Amino acid sequence: MSEAQFQIKNKNILRNLDPYKLRQDFPLISKKLEGKKYNSNNGHLVYLDNAATTQKPNAVIRALMNYYENDNANVHRALYELGDRATQKYEESRKTVAQFINAKHAREIVFTRGATEAINLVASAWGRKHLQAGDEIILTEMEHHSNLIPWQLLAKEKKLTLRFIPFLNNGTLNFSRVKSLFNERTRLVAMTHMSNVFGTINPVRGLIRMAHSRCIPVLLDGAQSVPHIPVDVQYLDCDFLAFSGHKMCGPTGIGVLYGKQEYLDAMDPYQGGGDMISSVWLEKATWNEIPYKFEAGTPNIAGAIGLAAAIRYINEIGMEKITRYEQALTTYAILEMNKLPGIRFYGIAPERGGVISFSLDNIHPHDMAQFLDSQGIAVRAGHHCAQPIMRKLEIPATTRASLYFYNTFEEIDLLVAALKKAKEFFN
Amino acid sequence: MEFEDLYQEIILDHYKHPRNAGEIKRECTSVEHENPVCGDHIKLMVVIDDDGIVQDVKFIGTGCAISMASASMMTEQVIGKSKTEAMKIIREFVEVMRGDESPDALDEHGDLTALKGVVKFPVRVKCATLAWHAMKNALNT
Repeated sequence: MSEAQFQIKNKNILRNLDPYKLRQDFPLISKKLEGKKYNSNNGHLVYLDNAATTQKPNAVIRALMNYYENDNANVHRALYELGDRATQKYEESRKTVAQFINAKHAREIVFTRGATEAINLVASAWGRKHLQAGDEIILTEMEHHSNLIPWQLLAKEKKLTLRFIPFLNNGTLNFSRVKSLFNERTRLVAMTHMSNVFGTINPVRGLIRMAHSRCIPVLLDGAQSVPHIPVDVQYLDCDFLAFSGHKMCGPTGIGVLYGKQEYLDAMDPYQGGGDMISSVWLEKATWNEIPYKFEAGTPNIAGAIGLAAAIRYINEIGMEKITRYEQALTTYAILEMNKLPGIRFYGIAPERGGVISFSLDNIHPHDMAQFLDSQGIAVRAGHHCAQPIMRKLEIPATTRASLYFYNTFEEIDLLVAALKKAKEFFN
Repeated sequence: MEFEDLYQEIILDHYKHPRNAGEIKRECTSVEHENPVCGDHIKLMVVIDDDGIVQDVKFIGTGCAISMASASMMTEQVIGKSKTEAMKIIREFVEVMRGDESPDALDEHGDLTALKGVVKFPVRVKCATLAWHAMKNALNT
Protein backbone atom coordinates (compact mmCIF):
# COMPACT_ATOMS: atom_id res chain seq x y z
CA MET A 1 0.00 0.00 0.00
CA SER A 2 1.41 3.40 -0.97
CA GLU A 3 1.84 6.22 1.51
CA ALA A 4 -1.02 8.17 -0.04
CA GLN A 5 -3.35 5.19 0.18
CA PHE A 6 -2.30 4.57 3.74
CA GLN A 7 -3.24 8.14 4.55
CA ILE A 8 -6.66 7.68 2.98
CA LYS A 9 -7.18 4.45 4.79
CA ASN A 10 -6.29 5.60 8.23
CA LYS A 11 -6.83 9.28 8.71
CA ASN A 12 -9.26 10.76 6.31
CA ILE A 13 -11.66 7.90 6.33
CA LEU A 14 -11.78 6.40 9.77
CA ARG A 15 -12.23 9.84 11.27
CA ASN A 16 -15.41 10.30 9.28
CA LEU A 17 -16.78 6.81 8.94
CA ASP A 18 -15.66 3.66 10.68
CA PRO A 19 -16.69 0.62 8.65
CA TYR A 20 -15.47 -1.73 11.39
CA LYS A 21 -17.89 -0.20 13.84
CA LEU A 22 -20.75 -0.08 11.34
CA ARG A 23 -20.24 -3.74 10.38
CA GLN A 24 -21.24 -4.69 13.91
CA ASP A 25 -24.75 -3.46 13.07
CA PHE A 26 -25.10 -6.11 10.34
CA PRO A 27 -25.59 -9.64 11.72
CA LEU A 28 -24.88 -11.46 8.46
CA ILE A 29 -21.45 -9.94 7.86
CA SER A 30 -20.38 -9.60 11.50
CA LYS A 31 -21.04 -13.18 12.57
CA LYS A 32 -18.45 -15.91 12.27
CA LEU A 33 -19.16 -18.46 9.56
CA GLU A 34 -18.18 -22.11 9.37
CA GLY A 35 -15.87 -23.26 6.60
CA LYS A 36 -12.21 -22.81 5.79
CA LYS A 37 -12.97 -20.48 2.90
CA TYR A 38 -13.75 -17.75 5.44
CA ASN A 39 -10.47 -18.20 7.31
CA SER A 40 -8.63 -15.42 5.51
CA ASN A 41 -11.17 -12.90 6.79
CA ASN A 42 -11.38 -14.14 10.39
CA GLY A 43 -14.41 -16.25 9.61
CA HIS A 44 -16.39 -13.47 7.95
CA LEU A 45 -17.97 -13.32 4.52
CA VAL A 46 -16.52 -10.69 2.17
CA TYR A 47 -19.75 -9.44 0.65
CA LEU A 48 -19.14 -7.47 -2.56
CA ASP A 49 -22.49 -7.81 -4.33
CA ASN A 50 -24.12 -4.67 -2.97
CA ALA A 51 -25.38 -3.47 -6.34
CA ALA A 52 -27.63 -6.55 -6.30
CA THR A 53 -28.78 -6.15 -2.72
CA THR A 54 -27.27 -4.93 0.53
CA GLN A 55 -27.16 -6.58 3.92
CA LYS A 56 -29.60 -5.46 6.60
CA PRO A 57 -28.71 -3.70 9.85
CA ASN A 58 -30.24 -4.65 13.19
CA ALA A 59 -32.21 -1.39 13.17
CA VAL A 60 -34.15 -2.58 10.11
CA ILE A 61 -34.58 -6.16 11.28
CA ARG A 62 -35.85 -4.90 14.65
CA ALA A 63 -38.25 -2.44 12.98
CA LEU A 64 -39.82 -5.30 11.04
CA MET A 65 -40.11 -7.47 14.14
CA ASN A 66 -41.46 -4.60 16.19
CA TYR A 67 -44.12 -3.85 13.61
CA TYR A 68 -45.33 -7.45 13.50
CA GLU A 69 -45.10 -7.88 17.27
CA ASN A 70 -46.70 -4.60 18.31
CA ASP A 71 -48.31 -2.59 15.52
CA ASN A 72 -49.71 -5.02 12.95
CA ALA A 73 -53.10 -4.03 11.53
CA ASN A 74 -54.39 -3.01 8.12
CA VAL A 75 -53.94 0.63 7.18
CA HIS A 76 -56.41 3.36 6.20
CA ARG A 77 -59.42 1.29 7.33
CA ALA A 78 -59.45 0.21 10.92
CA LEU A 79 -61.35 2.31 13.46
CA TYR A 80 -59.43 1.06 16.45
CA GLU A 81 -56.27 2.20 18.12
CA LEU A 82 -54.02 -0.51 16.70
CA GLY A 83 -55.17 0.26 13.17
CA ASP A 84 -54.56 3.95 13.76
CA ARG A 85 -51.05 3.18 14.93
CA ALA A 86 -50.26 1.05 11.87
CA THR A 87 -51.60 3.79 9.59
CA GLN A 88 -49.63 6.42 11.40
CA LYS A 89 -46.38 4.47 11.13
CA TYR A 90 -46.98 3.73 7.46
CA GLU A 91 -47.64 7.39 6.68
CA GLU A 92 -44.70 8.53 8.82
CA SER A 93 -42.54 6.25 6.67
CA ARG A 94 -43.78 8.08 3.60
CA LYS A 95 -42.73 11.37 5.18
CA THR A 96 -39.31 9.92 6.03
CA VAL A 97 -38.82 8.93 2.40
CA ALA A 98 -40.02 12.33 1.18
CA GLN A 99 -37.53 14.14 3.43
CA PHE A 100 -34.74 11.76 2.40
CA ILE A 101 -34.98 12.76 -1.27
CA ASN A 102 -36.25 16.27 -0.46
CA ALA A 103 -39.64 15.87 -2.13
CA LYS A 104 -41.97 18.85 -1.69
CA HIS A 105 -44.85 16.73 -0.40
CA ALA A 106 -45.21 13.29 1.15
CA ARG A 107 -48.07 12.63 -1.30
CA GLU A 108 -45.50 12.63 -4.10
CA ILE A 109 -44.15 9.34 -2.67
CA VAL A 110 -45.82 6.17 -3.97
CA PHE A 111 -44.80 2.90 -2.35
CA THR A 112 -44.14 0.11 -4.85
CA ARG A 113 -42.50 -3.32 -4.76
CA GLY A 114 -39.25 -1.81 -6.00
CA ALA A 115 -37.69 0.33 -8.71
CA THR A 116 -38.92 -2.09 -11.37
CA GLU A 117 -42.55 -1.72 -10.37
CA ALA A 118 -42.14 2.05 -10.04
CA ILE A 119 -40.97 2.33 -13.66
CA ASN A 120 -43.69 -0.04 -14.86
CA LEU A 121 -46.19 2.14 -13.01
CA VAL A 122 -45.11 5.23 -14.98
CA ALA A 123 -45.06 3.33 -18.27
CA SER A 124 -48.56 2.06 -17.61
CA ALA A 125 -50.34 4.88 -15.79
CA TRP A 126 -48.64 7.84 -17.47
CA GLY A 127 -47.52 6.33 -20.78
CA ARG A 128 -50.79 4.63 -21.71
CA LYS A 129 -52.75 7.79 -21.06
CA HIS A 130 -50.50 10.42 -22.58
CA LEU A 131 -48.59 8.76 -25.44
CA GLN A 132 -49.78 8.17 -28.98
CA ALA A 133 -48.56 6.34 -32.06
CA GLY A 134 -45.45 8.00 -33.44
CA ASP A 135 -44.40 9.52 -30.12
CA GLU A 136 -40.81 9.00 -29.01
CA ILE A 137 -39.01 8.15 -25.79
CA ILE A 138 -35.31 8.76 -25.22
CA LEU A 139 -33.43 6.15 -23.17
CA THR A 140 -29.73 5.35 -22.93
CA GLU A 141 -27.83 2.29 -24.10
CA MET A 142 -26.74 1.58 -20.52
CA GLU A 143 -30.16 0.93 -18.99
CA HIS A 144 -30.88 -1.96 -16.67
CA HIS A 145 -33.58 -4.17 -18.21
CA SER A 146 -36.03 -2.67 -15.71
CA ASN A 147 -35.78 0.72 -17.45
CA LEU A 148 -35.83 -0.79 -20.93
CA ILE A 149 -38.38 -3.59 -21.14
CA PRO A 150 -41.34 -1.56 -19.73
CA TRP A 151 -40.76 0.98 -22.54
CA GLN A 152 -40.33 -1.75 -25.14
CA LEU A 153 -43.69 -3.21 -24.10
CA LEU A 154 -45.33 0.23 -24.21
CA ALA A 155 -43.69 1.02 -27.57
CA LYS A 156 -45.09 -2.17 -29.05
CA GLU A 157 -48.57 -1.50 -27.71
CA LYS A 158 -48.72 2.20 -28.69
CA LYS A 159 -46.43 2.13 -31.74
CA LEU A 160 -43.83 4.41 -30.19
CA THR A 161 -40.21 4.90 -31.20
CA LEU A 162 -37.42 4.39 -28.67
CA ARG A 163 -34.21 6.35 -29.18
CA PHE A 164 -30.99 5.71 -27.30
CA ILE A 165 -28.18 7.93 -26.07
CA PRO A 166 -25.09 5.82 -26.90
CA PHE A 167 -22.28 5.15 -24.47
CA LEU A 168 -18.57 5.51 -25.20
CA ASN A 169 -15.84 2.96 -24.50
CA ASN A 170 -15.11 4.44 -21.08
CA GLY A 171 -18.70 3.86 -19.98
CA THR A 172 -19.90 7.47 -20.19
CA LEU A 173 -22.74 8.78 -22.33
CA ASN A 174 -21.95 10.34 -25.68
CA PHE A 175 -23.45 13.78 -25.22
CA SER A 176 -22.50 14.97 -28.68
CA ARG A 177 -25.33 12.73 -29.87
CA VAL A 178 -27.98 13.84 -27.42
CA LYS A 179 -29.35 16.95 -29.14
CA SER A 180 -29.99 15.11 -32.37
CA LEU A 181 -32.19 12.58 -30.54
CA PHE A 182 -34.74 15.20 -29.48
CA ASN A 183 -37.46 16.19 -31.91
CA GLU A 184 -41.07 17.40 -31.85
CA ARG A 185 -42.34 13.88 -31.13
CA THR A 186 -40.14 13.33 -28.04
CA ARG A 187 -42.39 12.87 -25.01
CA LEU A 188 -40.15 11.45 -22.27
CA VAL A 189 -36.56 10.89 -21.25
CA ALA A 190 -36.04 7.83 -19.00
CA MET A 191 -32.49 7.12 -17.89
CA THR A 192 -30.34 5.67 -15.19
CA HIS A 193 -28.76 8.02 -12.67
CA MET A 194 -25.94 5.54 -12.01
CA SER A 195 -25.06 2.54 -14.15
CA ASN A 196 -25.26 -0.87 -12.48
CA VAL A 197 -22.57 -2.17 -14.86
CA PHE A 198 -20.10 0.71 -15.30
CA GLY A 199 -20.71 2.55 -12.04
CA THR A 200 -20.92 5.78 -14.06
CA ILE A 201 -22.83 8.59 -12.38
CA ASN A 202 -24.57 10.30 -15.26
CA PRO A 203 -24.72 14.13 -15.33
CA VAL A 204 -28.50 14.03 -15.24
CA ARG A 205 -29.09 17.62 -14.14
CA GLY A 206 -27.91 19.04 -17.45
CA LEU A 207 -29.96 16.53 -19.38
CA ILE A 208 -33.04 17.34 -17.31
CA ARG A 209 -32.60 21.04 -18.10
CA MET A 210 -32.22 20.25 -21.76
CA ALA A 211 -35.40 18.16 -21.71
CA HIS A 212 -37.34 20.72 -19.69
CA SER A 213 -36.41 23.48 -22.15
CA ARG A 214 -38.47 21.40 -24.60
CA CYS A 215 -41.21 20.70 -21.99
CA ILE A 216 -40.29 17.01 -21.83
CA PRO A 217 -40.46 15.20 -18.47
CA VAL A 218 -37.59 13.07 -17.22
CA LEU A 219 -37.71 9.80 -15.26
CA LEU A 220 -34.59 8.80 -13.34
CA ASP A 221 -33.79 5.22 -12.42
CA GLY A 222 -32.20 5.81 -9.03
CA ALA A 223 -31.81 2.16 -8.02
CA GLN A 224 -28.01 2.52 -7.83
CA SER A 225 -27.70 6.21 -6.99
CA VAL A 226 -30.16 6.76 -4.13
CA PRO A 227 -28.41 4.23 -1.82
CA HIS A 228 -24.96 5.76 -2.35
CA ILE A 229 -25.09 9.49 -3.12
CA PRO A 230 -27.24 12.35 -1.86
CA VAL A 231 -30.22 12.68 -4.20
CA ASP A 232 -32.36 15.82 -4.02
CA VAL A 233 -35.32 15.67 -6.39
CA GLN A 234 -35.95 19.42 -6.20
CA TYR A 235 -32.33 20.23 -7.00
CA LEU A 236 -32.20 17.74 -9.87
CA ASP A 237 -35.73 18.78 -10.87
CA CYS A 238 -36.49 15.27 -12.18
CA ASP A 239 -40.18 14.55 -12.75
CA PHE A 240 -40.05 10.92 -11.67
CA LEU A 241 -37.53 8.97 -9.60
CA ALA A 242 -37.62 5.21 -9.02
CA PHE A 243 -35.62 3.31 -6.42
CA SER A 244 -35.60 0.13 -4.32
CA GLY A 245 -35.40 -0.30 -0.56
CA HIS A 246 -33.37 -3.52 -0.52
CA LYS A 247 -30.33 -1.91 -2.16
CA MET A 248 -30.08 0.58 0.71
CA CYS A 249 -30.27 -1.58 3.84
CA GLY A 250 -34.07 -1.90 3.61
CA PRO A 251 -36.23 -5.00 3.23
CA THR A 252 -36.98 -6.63 -0.13
CA GLY A 253 -40.35 -5.98 -1.73
CA ILE A 254 -40.52 -2.26 -0.99
CA GLY A 255 -39.56 0.54 -3.32
CA VAL A 256 -40.54 4.05 -4.22
CA LEU A 257 -41.86 6.04 -7.10
CA TYR A 258 -41.43 9.76 -6.61
CA GLY A 259 -43.48 11.83 -9.02
CA LYS A 260 -44.13 15.55 -9.15
CA GLN A 261 -47.67 16.18 -7.98
CA GLU A 262 -48.84 17.62 -11.31
CA TYR A 263 -47.74 14.45 -13.10
CA LEU A 264 -49.20 12.04 -10.54
CA ASP A 265 -52.49 13.97 -10.57
CA ALA A 266 -52.73 13.68 -14.34
CA MET A 267 -52.19 9.91 -14.37
CA ASP A 268 -54.68 7.07 -14.43
CA PRO A 269 -54.55 4.40 -11.72
CA TYR A 270 -51.99 1.62 -12.08
CA GLN A 271 -53.91 -1.32 -10.62
CA GLY A 272 -57.51 -1.58 -9.48
CA GLY A 273 -58.58 -2.73 -6.04
CA GLY A 274 -59.12 -1.57 -2.51
CA ASP A 275 -57.79 1.72 -1.15
CA MET A 276 -57.25 3.26 -4.60
CA ILE A 277 -60.88 4.31 -5.03
CA SER A 278 -63.00 7.20 -3.87
CA SER A 279 -66.53 5.99 -4.70
CA VAL A 280 -67.50 2.76 -6.38
CA TRP A 281 -70.69 1.83 -8.21
CA LEU A 282 -71.29 -1.48 -9.94
CA GLU A 283 -70.30 -0.10 -13.31
CA LYS A 284 -67.91 2.74 -12.49
CA ALA A 285 -65.64 4.22 -9.84
CA THR A 286 -63.83 7.42 -9.03
CA TRP A 287 -60.24 7.46 -7.89
CA ASN A 288 -58.75 8.25 -4.54
CA GLU A 289 -56.29 11.15 -4.30
CA ILE A 290 -52.55 10.67 -4.78
CA PRO A 291 -50.61 8.67 -3.71
CA TYR A 292 -53.39 6.22 -2.74
CA LYS A 293 -54.66 6.14 -6.32
CA PHE A 294 -51.55 4.08 -7.12
CA GLU A 295 -51.52 1.82 -4.06
CA ALA A 296 -54.25 -0.73 -4.72
CA GLY A 297 -54.74 -3.43 -2.12
CA THR A 298 -53.10 -3.77 1.26
CA PRO A 299 -49.64 -2.26 0.80
CA ASN A 300 -46.32 -3.60 2.09
CA ILE A 301 -46.77 -1.89 5.46
CA ALA A 302 -43.90 -3.66 7.20
CA GLY A 303 -41.68 -3.00 4.18
CA ALA A 304 -42.40 0.74 4.25
CA ILE A 305 -41.67 0.86 7.97
CA GLY A 306 -38.48 -1.15 7.41
CA LEU A 307 -37.42 1.22 4.63
CA ALA A 308 -37.96 4.22 6.91
CA ALA A 309 -35.77 2.50 9.52
CA ALA A 310 -33.08 2.00 6.86
CA ILE A 311 -33.25 5.68 5.92
CA ARG A 312 -32.94 6.73 9.56
CA TYR A 313 -29.94 4.43 9.88
CA ILE A 314 -28.30 5.95 6.77
CA ASN A 315 -29.13 9.48 7.95
CA GLU A 316 -27.46 8.77 11.26
CA ILE A 317 -24.23 7.87 9.46
CA GLY A 318 -24.69 10.72 7.01
CA MET A 319 -25.10 10.22 3.27
CA GLU A 320 -22.26 12.57 2.39
CA LYS A 321 -19.89 10.61 4.61
CA ILE A 322 -21.05 7.40 2.95
CA THR A 323 -20.38 8.86 -0.49
CA ARG A 324 -16.94 10.15 0.47
CA TYR A 325 -15.92 6.85 2.04
CA GLU A 326 -17.16 4.81 -0.92
CA GLN A 327 -15.32 7.12 -3.31
CA ALA A 328 -12.04 6.51 -1.46
CA LEU A 329 -12.69 2.77 -1.22
CA THR A 330 -13.53 2.55 -4.93
CA THR A 331 -10.41 4.48 -5.91
CA TYR A 332 -8.28 2.20 -3.75
CA ALA A 333 -9.91 -0.92 -5.24
CA ILE A 334 -9.33 0.21 -8.81
CA LEU A 335 -5.71 1.21 -8.12
CA GLU A 336 -4.94 -2.12 -6.47
CA MET A 337 -6.77 -4.25 -9.04
CA ASN A 338 -5.07 -2.31 -11.83
CA LYS A 339 -1.72 -3.69 -10.67
CA LEU A 340 -2.78 -7.15 -11.83
CA PRO A 341 -1.56 -7.97 -15.35
CA GLY A 342 -4.48 -9.00 -17.55
CA ILE A 343 -7.10 -6.93 -15.69
CA ARG A 344 -9.63 -5.07 -17.79
CA PHE A 345 -12.21 -2.66 -16.40
CA TYR A 346 -15.57 -2.02 -18.02
CA GLY A 347 -16.37 1.59 -17.22
CA ILE A 348 -13.71 4.10 -16.26
CA ALA A 349 -15.83 7.22 -15.93
CA PRO A 350 -14.29 10.07 -13.94
CA GLU A 351 -17.49 10.44 -11.95
CA ARG A 352 -18.44 7.03 -10.64
CA GLY A 353 -19.70 4.99 -7.74
CA GLY A 354 -18.49 1.73 -6.24
CA VAL A 355 -19.61 -0.63 -8.99
CA ILE A 356 -16.56 -2.26 -10.57
CA SER A 357 -17.03 -4.50 -13.61
CA PHE A 358 -13.92 -6.29 -14.77
CA SER A 359 -12.36 -9.30 -16.42
CA LEU A 360 -9.01 -10.95 -15.74
CA ASP A 361 -7.06 -12.67 -18.52
CA ASN A 362 -9.45 -14.99 -20.32
CA ILE A 363 -11.00 -16.35 -17.16
CA HIS A 364 -14.72 -16.68 -17.71
CA PRO A 365 -16.72 -14.58 -15.22
CA HIS A 366 -18.61 -17.65 -13.98
CA ASP A 367 -15.35 -19.45 -13.22
CA MET A 368 -14.07 -16.30 -11.55
CA ALA A 369 -17.14 -15.86 -9.34
CA GLN A 370 -17.06 -19.52 -8.36
CA PHE A 371 -13.37 -19.28 -7.53
CA LEU A 372 -13.87 -16.12 -5.45
CA ASP A 373 -16.69 -17.88 -3.63
CA SER A 374 -14.22 -20.61 -2.71
CA GLN A 375 -12.15 -17.81 -1.10
CA GLY A 376 -15.12 -16.53 0.89
CA ILE A 377 -15.81 -13.57 -1.42
CA ALA A 378 -19.26 -12.94 -2.90
CA VAL A 379 -19.28 -11.09 -6.24
CA ARG A 380 -21.66 -11.15 -9.19
CA ALA A 381 -20.92 -12.67 -12.58
CA GLY A 382 -23.17 -12.32 -15.57
CA HIS A 383 -24.82 -9.74 -17.77
CA HIS A 384 -26.21 -7.80 -14.76
CA CYS A 385 -29.63 -7.49 -16.41
CA ALA A 386 -28.07 -5.29 -19.07
CA GLN A 387 -27.67 -7.56 -22.09
CA PRO A 388 -27.54 -4.69 -24.65
CA ILE A 389 -24.39 -3.39 -22.92
CA MET A 390 -22.75 -6.83 -23.16
CA ARG A 391 -23.69 -7.09 -26.84
CA LYS A 392 -22.18 -3.69 -27.63
CA LEU A 393 -18.97 -4.58 -25.75
CA GLU A 394 -19.02 -8.00 -27.47
CA ILE A 395 -18.52 -9.86 -24.22
CA PRO A 396 -20.80 -12.51 -22.74
CA ALA A 397 -20.56 -11.30 -19.17
CA THR A 398 -18.40 -9.51 -16.63
CA THR A 399 -17.42 -10.08 -13.03
CA ARG A 400 -18.71 -7.29 -10.82
CA ALA A 401 -17.60 -6.24 -7.37
CA SER A 402 -19.88 -3.62 -5.83
CA LEU A 403 -19.15 -1.85 -2.57
CA TYR A 404 -21.05 -0.36 0.33
CA PHE A 405 -20.01 1.66 3.36
CA TYR A 406 -19.49 -1.46 5.48
CA ASN A 407 -16.81 -2.81 3.16
CA THR A 408 -13.24 -2.26 4.32
CA PHE A 409 -9.89 -1.60 2.67
CA GLU A 410 -8.79 -4.98 3.99
CA GLU A 411 -11.60 -6.67 2.08
CA ILE A 412 -10.27 -5.04 -1.09
CA ASP A 413 -6.84 -6.50 -0.28
CA LEU A 414 -8.46 -9.93 0.15
CA LEU A 415 -10.20 -9.55 -3.21
CA VAL A 416 -6.93 -8.64 -4.94
CA ALA A 417 -5.11 -11.55 -3.28
CA ALA A 418 -7.86 -13.92 -4.40
CA LEU A 419 -7.70 -12.56 -7.95
CA LYS A 420 -3.97 -13.34 -7.99
CA LYS A 421 -4.75 -16.89 -6.88
CA ALA A 422 -7.38 -17.20 -9.62
CA LYS A 423 -4.78 -16.24 -12.22
CA GLU A 424 -2.55 -19.08 -11.03
CA PHE A 425 -5.40 -21.54 -10.87
CA PHE A 426 -6.84 -21.00 -14.34
CA ASN A 427 -3.66 -20.22 -16.32
CA MET B 1 -19.84 -28.39 -1.08
CA GLU B 2 -16.28 -27.59 -2.00
CA PHE B 3 -14.89 -25.74 -4.96
CA GLU B 4 -12.38 -28.53 -5.56
CA ASP B 5 -15.21 -30.99 -6.22
CA LEU B 6 -16.26 -28.84 -9.14
CA TYR B 7 -12.91 -27.78 -10.57
CA GLN B 8 -11.02 -31.09 -10.46
CA GLU B 9 -7.59 -31.55 -12.04
CA ILE B 10 -9.03 -33.53 -14.95
CA ILE B 11 -11.48 -30.74 -15.71
CA LEU B 12 -8.79 -28.07 -15.65
CA ASP B 13 -6.63 -30.26 -17.87
CA HIS B 14 -9.39 -30.55 -20.47
CA TYR B 15 -10.04 -26.78 -20.17
CA LYS B 16 -6.41 -25.81 -20.66
CA HIS B 17 -5.66 -28.50 -23.25
CA PRO B 18 -8.96 -29.23 -24.98
CA ARG B 19 -9.11 -32.44 -27.02
CA ASN B 20 -10.52 -32.15 -30.52
CA ALA B 21 -10.63 -28.38 -30.51
CA GLY B 22 -10.56 -26.85 -33.97
CA GLU B 23 -12.31 -27.19 -37.28
CA ILE B 24 -13.00 -30.00 -39.73
CA LYS B 25 -12.21 -28.80 -43.25
CA ARG B 26 -13.91 -31.58 -45.20
CA GLU B 27 -17.64 -32.07 -45.64
CA CYS B 28 -19.34 -32.48 -42.29
CA THR B 29 -22.43 -31.72 -40.23
CA SER B 30 -22.12 -28.43 -38.42
CA VAL B 31 -24.31 -27.27 -35.54
CA GLU B 32 -24.20 -24.31 -33.20
CA HIS B 33 -25.63 -24.13 -29.73
CA GLU B 34 -25.61 -21.33 -27.20
CA ASN B 35 -26.64 -20.55 -23.69
CA PRO B 36 -27.88 -16.97 -23.88
CA VAL B 37 -27.93 -16.58 -20.10
CA CYS B 38 -24.17 -16.84 -19.68
CA GLY B 39 -23.18 -16.23 -23.32
CA ASP B 40 -21.56 -19.64 -23.74
CA HIS B 41 -21.39 -20.68 -27.37
CA ILE B 42 -20.24 -23.80 -29.16
CA LYS B 43 -19.87 -24.82 -32.78
CA LEU B 44 -19.59 -28.56 -33.41
CA MET B 45 -18.41 -30.20 -36.62
CA VAL B 46 -19.27 -33.88 -36.93
CA VAL B 47 -18.36 -36.52 -39.54
CA ILE B 48 -20.48 -39.66 -39.61
CA ASP B 49 -19.51 -42.40 -42.09
CA ASP B 50 -21.79 -44.52 -44.23
CA ASP B 51 -22.00 -47.19 -41.50
CA GLY B 52 -23.36 -44.61 -39.05
CA ILE B 53 -20.14 -44.41 -37.05
CA VAL B 54 -19.03 -41.05 -35.60
CA GLN B 55 -15.69 -40.69 -37.41
CA ASP B 56 -14.63 -37.28 -36.14
CA VAL B 57 -15.85 -34.41 -33.97
CA LYS B 58 -14.25 -31.03 -33.50
CA PHE B 59 -15.44 -27.94 -31.66
CA ILE B 60 -14.88 -24.23 -31.39
CA GLY B 61 -16.39 -22.48 -28.44
CA THR B 62 -16.35 -19.78 -25.83
CA GLY B 63 -17.42 -20.42 -22.29
CA CYS B 64 -16.43 -21.23 -18.76
CA ALA B 65 -14.04 -23.98 -17.76
CA ILE B 66 -16.89 -26.39 -17.04
CA SER B 67 -18.55 -25.97 -20.43
CA MET B 68 -15.32 -26.18 -22.43
CA ALA B 69 -13.94 -29.15 -20.46
CA SER B 70 -17.25 -30.93 -20.84
CA ALA B 71 -17.16 -30.31 -24.61
CA SER B 72 -13.66 -31.74 -24.79
CA MET B 73 -14.70 -34.83 -22.83
CA MET B 74 -17.83 -35.25 -24.91
CA THR B 75 -15.83 -35.47 -28.15
CA GLU B 76 -13.66 -38.21 -26.65
CA GLN B 77 -16.75 -40.12 -25.59
CA VAL B 78 -18.55 -40.13 -28.92
CA ILE B 79 -15.76 -40.53 -31.47
CA GLY B 80 -15.72 -44.11 -32.74
CA LYS B 81 -19.19 -44.89 -31.45
CA SER B 82 -22.24 -45.66 -33.56
CA LYS B 83 -24.98 -43.04 -33.65
CA THR B 84 -27.10 -45.21 -31.35
CA GLU B 85 -24.29 -45.70 -28.84
CA ALA B 86 -23.47 -42.00 -28.94
CA MET B 87 -27.11 -41.10 -28.30
CA LYS B 88 -27.17 -43.49 -25.37
CA ILE B 89 -24.20 -41.88 -23.62
CA ILE B 90 -25.56 -38.38 -24.31
CA ARG B 91 -28.91 -39.36 -22.80
CA GLU B 92 -27.20 -40.90 -19.79
CA PHE B 93 -25.01 -37.85 -19.20
CA VAL B 94 -27.92 -35.41 -19.45
CA GLU B 95 -29.99 -37.57 -17.08
CA VAL B 96 -27.20 -37.52 -14.51
CA MET B 97 -26.88 -33.76 -14.82
CA ARG B 98 -30.63 -33.34 -14.39
CA GLY B 99 -30.50 -35.46 -11.26
CA ASP B 100 -32.63 -38.23 -12.81
CA GLU B 101 -29.77 -40.72 -12.63
CA SER B 102 -27.14 -41.40 -9.99
CA PRO B 103 -23.89 -39.48 -10.57
CA ASP B 104 -22.05 -42.77 -10.04
CA ALA B 105 -23.27 -43.81 -13.50
CA LEU B 106 -20.45 -41.63 -14.87
CA ASP B 107 -17.78 -43.71 -13.11
CA GLU B 108 -17.57 -46.19 -15.97
CA HIS B 109 -16.95 -43.46 -18.56
CA GLY B 110 -13.36 -42.48 -17.85
CA ASP B 111 -12.76 -38.73 -17.45
CA LEU B 112 -16.49 -38.02 -17.29
CA THR B 113 -16.48 -39.08 -13.67
CA ALA B 114 -14.83 -35.75 -12.91
CA LEU B 115 -18.05 -33.98 -13.88
CA LYS B 116 -20.02 -35.70 -11.11
CA GLY B 117 -19.47 -32.69 -8.88
CA VAL B 118 -21.43 -30.43 -11.23
CA VAL B 119 -24.70 -32.03 -10.11
CA LYS B 120 -24.25 -30.37 -6.73
CA PHE B 121 -23.98 -26.93 -8.38
CA PRO B 122 -27.38 -26.61 -10.08
CA VAL B 123 -26.56 -23.28 -11.76
CA ARG B 124 -23.60 -24.88 -13.52
CA VAL B 125 -25.50 -27.83 -15.00
CA LYS B 126 -26.37 -25.85 -18.12
CA CYS B 127 -22.65 -25.19 -18.65
CA ALA B 128 -21.81 -28.88 -18.50
CA THR B 129 -24.60 -29.95 -20.86
CA LEU B 130 -24.07 -27.32 -23.60
CA ALA B 131 -21.87 -29.46 -25.87
CA TRP B 132 -23.96 -32.56 -25.25
CA HIS B 133 -27.14 -30.86 -26.44
CA ALA B 134 -25.25 -29.61 -29.47
CA MET B 135 -24.07 -33.18 -30.23
CA LYS B 136 -27.61 -34.50 -29.89
CA ASN B 137 -28.75 -31.92 -32.44
CA ALA B 138 -25.91 -32.91 -34.76
CA LEU B 139 -26.88 -36.59 -34.59
CA ASN B 140 -30.51 -35.73 -35.27
CA THR B 141 -29.80 -33.73 -38.42
